[in-house]
Amino acid sequence: MPTKLPPVDVLLVGFGWTAAILGEELAQAGLEVLALERGQFRDTVPDFAMPQIQDELRYAVRHEMFQEPARQTITFRNNHAQTALPMRRLGSFNPGTGVGGAGVHWNGQHWRFLPNDFRQRSHVEERYGADFIPEGMTIQDWGVTYEELEPHFDRFEYLCGTSGVAGNLNGEITAQGNPFEGPRSRDYPNPPLERSLGTLLFDKAAREAGFHPFPAPASNTSRPYRNPLGVQMGKCTYCGYCEWFGCANYSKSTPQTTILPVLLNRSNFSLRTNCNVTRIKLDRSGKRATGAIYVDSSGEEHEQPADLVILSAYATHNVHLLLLSGIGEVYDPKTRSGTLGRNYAYQMVSGVDVFVEENLNPFMGAGALGQAIDDFNGDNFDHGPHGFIGGAYVALWTTGGRPILQHQLPQGTPEWGSAWKQAMAENYLRSASLSVHGSVMSYNDAHLDLDPTYRDAYGDPLMRLTFDFHDNERRMSRFVTARAEEIARAMRPRSYTVNQRQGPYSIVPYQTTHNTGGAVMGDDPSTSVVNRYLQHWDVPNLFVMGACVFPQNAGYNPTGTVGALTYWAAEAIKTRYLKNPGPLVDA
Amino acid sequence: MVPALTRRPGADGHFTDAERAFVDAATARIIPTDDTGAGAREAGVTQFIESQLAGDFGDAARWYMQGPFKDGTDEQGYQLPLTPAQLYSAAIRAVDQHCRDFFGGRVFADLDAEEQDEVLRGLEAGEPELGDVDSRSFFKMLRANTVEGFLSDPMYGGNQGFVGWRLIGFPGPRYDYTRFIGRHGEPFPLPPVGILGRDGFI
Repeated sequence: MPTKLPPVDVLLVGFGWTAAILGEELAQAGLEVLALERGQFRDTVPDFAMPQIQDELRYAVRHEMFQEPARQTITFRNNHAQTALPMRRLGSFNPGTGVGGAGVHWNGQHWRFLPNDFRQRSHVEERYGADFIPEGMTIQDWGVTYEELEPHFDRFEYLCGTSGVAGNLNGEITAQGNPFEGPRSRDYPNPPLERSLGTLLFDKAAREAGFHPFPAPASNTSRPYRNPLGVQMGKCTYCGYCEWFGCANYSKSTPQTTILPVLLNRSNFSLRTNCNVTRIKLDRSGKRATGAIYVDSSGEEHEQPADLVILSAYATHNVHLLLLSGIGEVYDPKTRSGTLGRNYAYQMVSGVDVFVEENLNPFMGAGALGQAIDDFNGDNFDHGPHGFIGGAYVALWTTGGRPILQHQLPQGTPEWGSAWKQAMAENYLRSASLSVHGSVMSYNDAHLDLDPTYRDAYGDPLMRLTFDFHDNERRMSRFVTARAEEIARAMRPRSYTVNQRQGPYSIVPYQTTHNTGGAVMGDDPSTSVVNRYLQHWDVPNLFVMGACVFPQNAGYNPTGTVGALTYWAAEAIKTRYLKNPGPLVDA
Repeated sequence: MVPALTRRPGADGHFTDAERAFVDAATARIIPTDDTGAGAREAGVTQFIESQLAGDFGDAARWYMQGPFKDGTDEQGYQLPLTPAQLYSAAIRAVDQHCRDFFGGRVFADLDAEEQDEVLRGLEAGEPELGDVDSRSFFKMLRANTVEGFLSDPMYGGNQGFVGWRLIGFPGPRYDYTRFIGRHGEPFPLPPVGILGRDGFI
């Protein structure tokens, strides 16, 4: 029997970005808040200190900061005819573990989704007609609008000290920013990072091609910044070790550099690390969460009672916990009934490598130092003649030049031998990559459930992922990649290589850690797990955060939208739920 | 209940003499010493791989290694029941046996460079059949580990004298490029440095 511990007001399961935001919001409101984190405690000092943190082999190649498949992984298959097999080593995506979660080792590419993205189905039906949506595609509206989220996008950007330049300030289009973005109520808190030569070459070429390039929004601080919580960040030094690493310089926005110095000092907040939650407990009615069961580092089980339970772990982990806890009806792809595990989506990523004459010094960079165009994202262009839904941004990011994983070689270069070596010598300093970062719509055959065979280190079934790319995404990707090729040509390189995403989705090569869906939000309990405030439809004292609530995935990195949704939910909890605990929306 | 994730220091003595000879010969073909300069041999790649195989990587300490093991599709990734250390050991035995059979009793390390390249090209293409060992998976791992040993920080035993970084023009991990980020196109003026410093190779 697990030991039963004294109750708390709020239990946060997982301690990354969403938990840090909610922890601060709810502790500030006077509640007693406890966070349980499966990984270790870590902070800028000593864990991310120079120079040991700048170790490509240890962190980027050997995955030291990420979830260990040995403890927990997923099984994967492309379709229902296959038997899912375990993802034995990480590949396609790198979920985090430990305090700060994947928020510690992201690049800081900080976007807002477009206004139309939140009305995906309604917008497509209005502009192109319902017939435009292909058979099997299960896109839906989010139940929340861009206008409702705008103050929360803004709040998250000011928390992070995001560096950028407005493209649409209260409806006025500016000259320097992204003219396609939704209206923002004020400019970014910090100006754009300094430009690399690669981003300037991209900017010139994209203009020549007739597009609208702008400095991509970066949660890497371009100057010293004190955020609204009073936490001080330092100016980025362009060391080139953002993604897969912790930041030594307090320049990348993470829970550690923006919230934790305040939150960890609050007497009504506590954190327990190395505590892996294995179940959310419900009372006999099945309509009230009573707390959670967790296993500590010595293998002992504890029961932690709480009045309000919030799932704030990584997207896939939140869905896994709901599945293990038997909360909600599991989606059945045969009957299309059930909602839990439904509408899993991902990101469709392709690119064009350019080999230029200029010395680009790729090792001087920052995770979100980039130049982008948004002309072909979302519904920023007329899809009528193309017959697909969705889009992608095209960007040249100068994230760094870590030599093992961050080098490009021209097409036809052998994988080894003298020719490989010579190509490395000729191209490392003089190449860059244009990324095409595309949306993935949701489909009735892409979903998450429990695996019948394989178990994790805690003896629980692994979660099973069934997913492949669909024709709509392939056509979107081909179209936008061809636009990237136009930019590449205008850069007048020595040569370039187009890397289309071909074949079935593979769990092997790294693509993005942008797993979405499985516990999606919406207005209709028959097609969503949580309501527009991220509150579980069946269990009103249970909220679910993270990208698992996205009904489908847009063509942007998700963190900006995840942060905005978290502040939106926090406001609803503080101003409405706490006064009258119960459903915030009638089912 | 939860597997311990321990670090095991020290590398010497992981390989048998035959394994060391194979890895030394094979990595010297993957990144040869040639007109462009030092290769895997000068970089210390064999020492790097031996040390990696003796530690967490060799043990697949972070990997999910519970059965049942089944053949999957390429998209499902690595499904062998072997840790990297076990894969190297089994594959080297099988490749050397294959070489003895086809090259008059000589093992891989005793072949001339052209013959070695021919064998490596075969492994890369998934030939020959090596019994239980998948030759493509082995080649992929060997090739990746060789590149790691050439381009990782010298404190791991490879990239000695920064030969890999010097070849490509990477100046090593550095804290602050503030004064250089705006100097577009100029060569970076300072020599490579490692995590343990300028002479920080073991």
